[in-house]
Amino acid sequence: MAIQQAPDTQIQGGQWDGSLEELRGLVSERAMTGETMLLNMGPHHPSTHGVLRLLLELDGEEIVTCIPDIGFLHTGIEKNIESKSYEKAVVLTDRMDYLSPISNNTVYSMAVEKLADIDVPERAQLIRVTVLELQRLASHLVWLGTHAIDLGAMSVFLYCFREREKILDMLEMLSGQRLMGSYIRPGGVWRDITPEFLPALRAFLDIVPSRIDDYETLLTRNPLWIDRTQGIGVVEPEVALAWGISGPTLRGSGVNWDIRKSSPYMGYETFDFNVPLGEHGDVYDRFLCRVREMRVTVKILYQAYARLEKQPTGIFRSQNRKFVPPPRAELGRSMEAVIHHFKLWTEGFSAPDEEVYVSIESPRGEIGCYMHGTGGTKPRRVHFKTPSFIHIGALPVMTKGHLIADLVAIVGSIDCVLGDCDR
Amino acid sequence: MFPQQASDPAAALKAALPDALLDVKEFRGEITLIIQREQIAEVARFMRDTPGLLFTFLSDISAVDYYPEATRPERFGVSYHLYSLLYNRKVRLKVFVPEDDTTVPTATDVWPSANWPEREIFDMMGISFDGHPDMRRLLMPEDWDGHPHRRDYPLGYETIQFSFNVEEILKHKPSARDARSTND
Repeated sequence: MAIQQAPDTQIQGGQWDGSLEELRGLVSERAMTGETMLLNMGPHHPSTHGVLRLLLELDGEEIVTCIPDIGFLHTGIEKNIESKSYEKAVVLTDRMDYLSPISNNTVYSMAVEKLADIDVPERAQLIRVTVLELQRLASHLVWLGTHAIDLGAMSVFLYCFREREKILDMLEMLSGQRLMGSYIRPGGVWRDITPEFLPALRAFLDIVPSRIDDYETLLTRNPLWIDRTQGIGVVEPEVALAWGISGPTLRGSGVNWDIRKSSPYMGYETFDFNVPLGEHGDVYDRFLCRVREMRVTVKILYQAYARLEKQPTGIFRSQNRKFVPPPRAELGRSMEAVIHHFKLWTEGFSAPDEEVYVSIESPRGEIGCYMHGTGGTKPRRVHFKTPSFIHIGALPVMTKGHLIADLVAIVGSIDCVLGDCDR
Repeated sequence: MFPQQASDPAAALKAALPDALLDVKEFRGEITLIIQREQIAEVARFMRDTPGLLFTFLSDISAVDYYPEATRPERFGVSYHLYSLLYNRKVRLKVFVPEDDTTVPTATDVWPSANWPEREIFDMMGISFDGHPDMRRLLMPEDWDGHPHRRDYPLGYETIQFSFNVEEILKHKPSARDARSTND
């Protein structure tokens, strides 16, 4: 049988039909004359960790200008939240930073709690710290695995995902979902910890320090790794602060600012932990900072485990029925419970026509939530300040003068998540 | 050099730039200084450099649209969230922007980190920043019409297609209609 030629098929392509004039002012004059080369990296490039497009101006292999282009993952989450009652928008926040949904849930819930003045019981705060730290560990494991694979260390990725899988199993025990559980709700958490959670946490905590040792054996003193990372992407502390960099990326430059310490939330002040700092502000120091932070997280988790073990069941969300729905079992006996349930799930609760801003320490840096109420049951504006957005905005400064191969290392070291960036 | 004692931002600003400070508000422990729009860049520099204030870190810039309730003097509000690492405290600067003149002086000269947040606000709210080095859209496509975060911009959705309304839906989709006729 002859192969039929499809009619009217033409392969489209060829020269870019835009003009260089569009880029005047963004790239140097040398690019206009063709002395330097313009190169597109992404939006589909494995080492950009999502859909990030970088327009690079190259002088040989050296980066003269780097212009990030974002928005490919923009999903209008902030706009959508404006049309939902406060409780119902929690599920949307999961989808922003998909590697640490718990941090997004928490910052959103904290903003709602501050705006509407909802109390969070102490035990609910303890559960939140436990899952926040588990999530931080899971997120750092993905970062370590992908950062290493970008620079050619294949096996680290496999080990990291092995441990991350255990964390996701634990999150599933709590919320029924591995990734986007919407476990943290305004006023507390969705449900109490389940009986199988604490033994699983204990077993995990017993193995994980030795596993972190394993990753360090593969990388920390590996000469290839050191060659690729030391002295690359150096950010001076003043520059980092001026560009709004936060989290482990900032601490890699030696600036001691961790929101868990400086303005503690959810009872972090009652935990004993230290904040690892880097010295040189290069990719290697940011790597060390994050790996040490994983150990700190394990330390916090041990303390949280000890406290949870003492009271495995108890109050896990606010008892203020005007804001938090009553337990399902109460609906059969109490008329008030039925009324509260109905009011909360049809109309929702109201919050004043005022603004609040809350920020917490996500695995990537400072994640902030600006919330403006209307006096009614829906917010007027919710805006998320996300660390990836700010860090990608600072990429042009970090990459200037480096080789294109090092760009991969730098992008990996700021641990950007494009869902977090574009929202 | 010893750090100077932390001073009250509102009082310090009132003493140095009396015309700039319009009002001081407090809600749930957050202090908001309402600033004259034209002087925001000057105030930003003052807040960053004055000993006793040193708000060196710009956390975020957010914009809000008060349409249609008009509960504030002007239609738009722009909030700057500042943080002082030395004194470990926060303050919010707020300017109101009228609908017929949506420009605000840029803060990029004071904090380079204002660059992308300002572009995002331009993209989403249609408030442009005077003196910004690169005032282009950031998240939406370059040729996008309108500013999605304005309250009069519809939320938009895709109509669910059933057999009874398929013709009606395809009427609004030129590309889909063409594809259909060529297949026939």
